[in-house]
Amino acid sequence: MAAAAASSQSLPITVSNLVKAYGDLRVLDDVSIAIRPGEFMTLLGPSGSGKTTLLMALAGFVSPESGSIRFGEQEMITTSPHKRGVGMVFQSYALFPFMSVVENVAYPLKIRGVSPAEQKSRAEAALEMVKLGGYGGRRINQLSGGQKQRVALARAMVFEPRIILMDEPLSALDKKLREHMQIELKQLHQKLDATIVYVTHDQREALTMSDRIAVINKGRIAQLDEPKALYRRPNSLFVADFIGETVLLPVQREGDGVSLQGRKLKLATPTPSGNGPLQLVIRPELLQLDAGDDGDTNTIAGVVRQTIYQGDSVLLIIDAGDGREVSVRIATSRAGQASLPDSGSRIALGLHRDDTVVLAEQAP
Amino acid sequence: MSAVIAMNADELARGQRRERAQFIGLSLPATLLILIIVFLPLFWLSSLSFLDRGGELSTENYQRLTGDLYVEAFVVTFQISAAVTALCVLLGYPLAYWLSRKPQHTANLLLICVLLPFWTAVLVRTYAWLVLLQRNGLINNTLLSLGVIDAPLQLAHNLTASIIGMVHIMLPFLVLPLYATMKSIDGDLVRAAVGLGSSPTEAFWRIFVPMSLPGLFAGVVLVFIMSLGFYVTPALLGGGRVQMLAQRIESTITIFSNWGAASALGVVLLVMALALVALLHRVFGLDKLFVR
Repeated sequence: MAAAAASSQSLPITVSNLVKAYGDLRVLDDVSIAIRPGEFMTLLGPSGSGKTTLLMALAGFVSPESGSIRFGEQEMITTSPHKRGVGMVFQSYALFPFMSVVENVAYPLKIRGVSPAEQKSRAEAALEMVKLGGYGGRRINQLSGGQKQRVALARAMVFEPRIILMDEPLSALDKKLREHMQIELKQLHQKLDATIVYVTHDQREALTMSDRIAVINKGRIAQLDEPKALYRRPNSLFVADFIGETVLLPVQREGDGVSLQGRKLKLATPTPSGNGPLQLVIRPELLQLDAGDDGDTNTIAGVVRQTIYQGDSVLLIIDAGDGREVSVRIATSRAGQASLPDSGSRIALGLHRDDTVVLAEQAP
Repeated sequence: MSAVIAMNADELARGQRRERAQFIGLSLPATLLILIIVFLPLFWLSSLSFLDRGGELSTENYQRLTGDLYVEAFVVTFQISAAVTALCVLLGYPLAYWLSRKPQHTANLLLICVLLPFWTAVLVRTYAWLVLLQRNGLINNTLLSLGVIDAPLQLAHNLTASIIGMVHIMLPFLVLPLYATMKSIDGDLVRAAVGLGSSPTEAFWRIFVPMSLPGLFAGVVLVFIMSLGFYVTPALLGGGRVQMLAQRIESTITIFSNWGAASALGVVLLVMALALVALLHRVFGLDKLFVR
């Protein structure tokens, strides 16, 4: 921490060839990742993927077998957790129940020998930032889940760490509050001069908040990209399936290209090499009902099976032949009831070439 | 429709009555038992203490307690109880901490070891200590045969022996509530403190210890109050040199057959124990110790 304290700016984190194994199981399998200073980086993956292990390795609570973790220029891999100077937010909030709200928030300052008067003013300011001004005197058990989460946030940022680590901090909140807190956290990040590493299994949360997302699967980074790129250009079926709503349709290789229902597809990305089976990745909301042939649109023929009203959107289940089902999502605002096709009618769905992504079944 | 609702109301009310009757029926035997074996004798005992030898109402028995002999018994009793409690904390806290950090199945096994003494009568355990500590006991004989000492040490029949025996018997009463409390402390709390910049030692003292205090107080109260009324162990291991209140009560009855005086001692002991619990309750909130 001493060397890092020289500047007051957020730090880059460089992880190289990190390995953590429990017996034969490699929880982190040669992970390398460069996190930019001030970035909101989300580690996203299913449970057991190793995302939390990676975060705990950054915090120092998990000691890896080999590799390197650098905060800025400083090697941290053997530094004890309390000397790493990171702010940490736990899934369980981990607030000290026998302390008041302001005592909890002031704790990191107290440890660092800040004067009591300054402790109080900085803790109050941090509480103000998470919109809990005036709550300082409350007991922890008098707070709601959302308020506890805010206190935990205030406590993690009160000593102005250059790095803040968060382990699924919103997962215990109900959906509505969670979505609200996502926006608030994002806004908070813009005010803070800190690099944030955030762990979640919720892809929507990751897309909402992150500057970049590292999708982690089986101890490896499957893809590291900005949310938009991750959503529109997944590099593997795992990522495509994990992020967003996805329908997969098998397609055939035909020379250099691929074809579906006997028609050659116009692709956004090069055809995957090799000769394994291929799948077309479809996002239901990117399919168009009234497909005009403008030369840049692929068409998929099908029969309407079912129309499902879901409030903000309408979902059409289409039979694309061979028992393959494709779903199409149409925003309610565009779905004038009259224009929706009836069940049983044949329709042609349009998929713009920029949205047409074909991936090999086995990740390369 | 309204007829159906009225019928349902009857049926629901009957169900509630039945539940209440079950509740009373189930708790009645224990309530009666406690009334008969605890409160009746207590009442009888305290009324005895207000009668003099002639059966007249008087405070003679209480006045006598201000005599030196009795005051000394009170002081000794409190000193021994405090010493036993302090030793139990010194031995029990690290033990409970160590147990609470062990994986569950190991901890269970070790807890059985802590509980093992409970399976033997107090008397047996006390005589076991006598076997170890007396003049020609195991310890003295071993030391003599090794040539470490020339003459047997005075290990039994004194204050030290009484305290050793009492600590042994009381230790589980401290360890068990403490272990339960420590086990329920979220490990993330200590980790959070370390993550926020505390060294592991600092996190232990600032976070873990305060969180374990409720269990510690529960154990301390149990051990201290039980020690106040302890009889067998100090009587045997103290060899007559250690006079705690319970022994004083016993001799008042068996030697002087003065039931009134013995009752007064008992009442004062009880009141002191209750006062202590009330004080601890005021300071720490004992009701919070057991339900978390």
